[in-house]
Amino acid sequence: MKGYIARRLLYAIPTLIGVSIIIFIALRVIPGDPVSIMFGTQAVNIRPEDRAKIEAELGLSDPLIVQYGNWLKDIGTGKLGNSFRRADTVLDLIKARGPLTVEIAVISMLLSWLIGLPVGVISALKQNSLIDYCSRVFTIFFLSIPSFWLASLIILGMLLQWGYGPPIGIINLWEDPIRNIQLIWGPSVVLGLAVSAYIARMTRSTLLEVIHEDYIRTARAKGLRERLVIVRHALRNTLLPIVTLSGVLFGFLLGGTVVVEQAFNVPGLGKAMIEAFIELDYMVIQNLVLLYGAAFVAINLLIDISYAWLDPRIRYG
Amino acid sequence: MAADRETASISALHRSFQISALPRRSVVNTFGFAKRFPLGFVSAVILATVVIMAILAPAVAPEDPNEVVLSERKLDPTGSHLLGTDYQGRDIFSRLIYGGRVSLEIAVLAVLLGTTLGAVWGVASAFIGGRFDIISQRFLEVFMAFPALILAMVLVVGIGAGVWTVTIAIAVTRLPFGVRVIRAVAISVKEMTYVESARAIGASDLRIMIHHVGPQCVASYIVLATAHLGVVIVIEASLGFLGVGIAPPTATWGNMLGGAVANVLIPHWPLVVFPGVAITLVVLAFNFLGDAIRDALDPKLRGR
Repeated sequence: MKGYIARRLLYAIPTLIGVSIIIFIALRVIPGDPVSIMFGTQAVNIRPEDRAKIEAELGLSDPLIVQYGNWLKDIGTGKLGNSFRRADTVLDLIKARGPLTVEIAVISMLLSWLIGLPVGVISALKQNSLIDYCSRVFTIFFLSIPSFWLASLIILGMLLQWGYGPPIGIINLWEDPIRNIQLIWGPSVVLGLAVSAYIARMTRSTLLEVIHEDYIRTARAKGLRERLVIVRHALRNTLLPIVTLSGVLFGFLLGGTVVVEQAFNVPGLGKAMIEAFIELDYMVIQNLVLLYGAAFVAINLLIDISYAWLDPRIRYG
Repeated sequence: MAADRETASISALHRSFQISALPRRSVVNTFGFAKRFPLGFVSAVILATVVIMAILAPAVAPEDPNEVVLSERKLDPTGSHLLGTDYQGRDIFSRLIYGGRVSLEIAVLAVLLGTTLGAVWGVASAFIGGRFDIISQRFLEVFMAFPALILAMVLVVGIGAGVWTVTIAIAVTRLPFGVRVIRAVAISVKEMTYVESARAIGASDLRIMIHHVGPQCVASYIVLATAHLGVVIVIEASLGFLGVGIAPPTATWGNMLGGAVANVLIPHWPLVVFPGVAITLVVLAFNFLGDAIRDALDPKLRGR
């Protein structure tokens, strides 16, 4: 097991290096240049020598390979380099805005399990009943509705109905819990519903498959109570694909935070990323995308490890 | 062992896409399809209508989608403007029709491009095996380490936002799915006895790939492609909403919604509601149609 984890960690390194190279190359072939965007309409008035000076300060005039090396060095020091536009380092930015995004991601993942799993189970156990039909409609509806639209509708509804908008600014959970919840409930619920639809669908189809297996019939035949048959025999075997799917969905969720944070105007990392994309703040973009990639890889590693616990047959050689 | 487990978990995920053979009847017989899958059929009709409206946009749209009429800004839906007008007094209905043109074109092209390349790569990977297979798996893992939307954002910002660049960026996010699913199908087909006999009579690898394995992957390919159309529409709309996709004044469903809520205190409601309705309707239809096609191609999965 230890050997397996170590090997998977080693595997993750080339993957993340690959991710960093792709981001780096994609950003460096960008047609627009950050200096022009920085000065907006005044960009035409910058003297060439000033432009060169600014580019040198930002590290943009070095050869690409040197720039890449500098970035790796910045990652090594843990400070992640300086934002092009702001005084602070990218690390400061992540510290300030990261907690909101982590909160949203955690709450929506929890919500998705709390909603998706029961809905899927009930739907499968009462196959072709009214409940099943309703939950399938619910599922396919939330699979289809784009989260940013649901978010916009909620905001519009609240504005028109009560003239209410969520609070503005970075509010931490430990500083002002109530306003923090007011800030993040929207994005969390919208994302949670979207992800729960995938979970419910997967739960239903897997459970339907499992429930027709021989060992379920055996369990029933030996007189086990139906509840135990479902919980101990059927559900346990249903969990594996759902856990796998959760790993994939975590990527969907990370992308989703960008969209719902923008829609609800929550100043988390996702919104920081959008701002950086629009300002072409390379340093912020490349570090945040790498961070998202690393989070995704880490979660999926944890999931692979958790298989051993869910399915004792699995041994890691 | 770990590799076994990995393929096991992947196939659990993609099982619904892996369909071994393409039954001829159920695909060709439209009437039978309509009777057995009413929801799928209705979805197909809705999609056909939307597509035809998009293609015939210049004839169908009541007004020029980009015509600014400053005296008619932020109108509610009325007789002359079916769905109202936006902040610049442009007709929302006309912009939706033209927007659908762009959104659908990008979605269809991206899915075809990504899934087809992925399928070819998957068959090749299954066949050549060895080092090529391992390296391409590692390579795709790098792409899969990006959340799809973020990968698309990085690529679009990298290569610039136009119809083709957005298409390519989104296609890249679909590529790994195509490779994984089709590779798994091809690997299982490769071991079948009729492939062995083809090899025994001296068929070349290329011939086996094209004539014997390829056709067996078609059903999975179709199911995968329809399932991803809905996802891709949402990715494209998200890019537009975030302001990194196709730039205004060209209308897309995403950037209409993005423009509706950006920099305003109270958004104009028709501009928030209708583009979202269009996106949701089309994605719903793609999902229902995708499910119906999957069930038609693999009756075992019916109702699952």
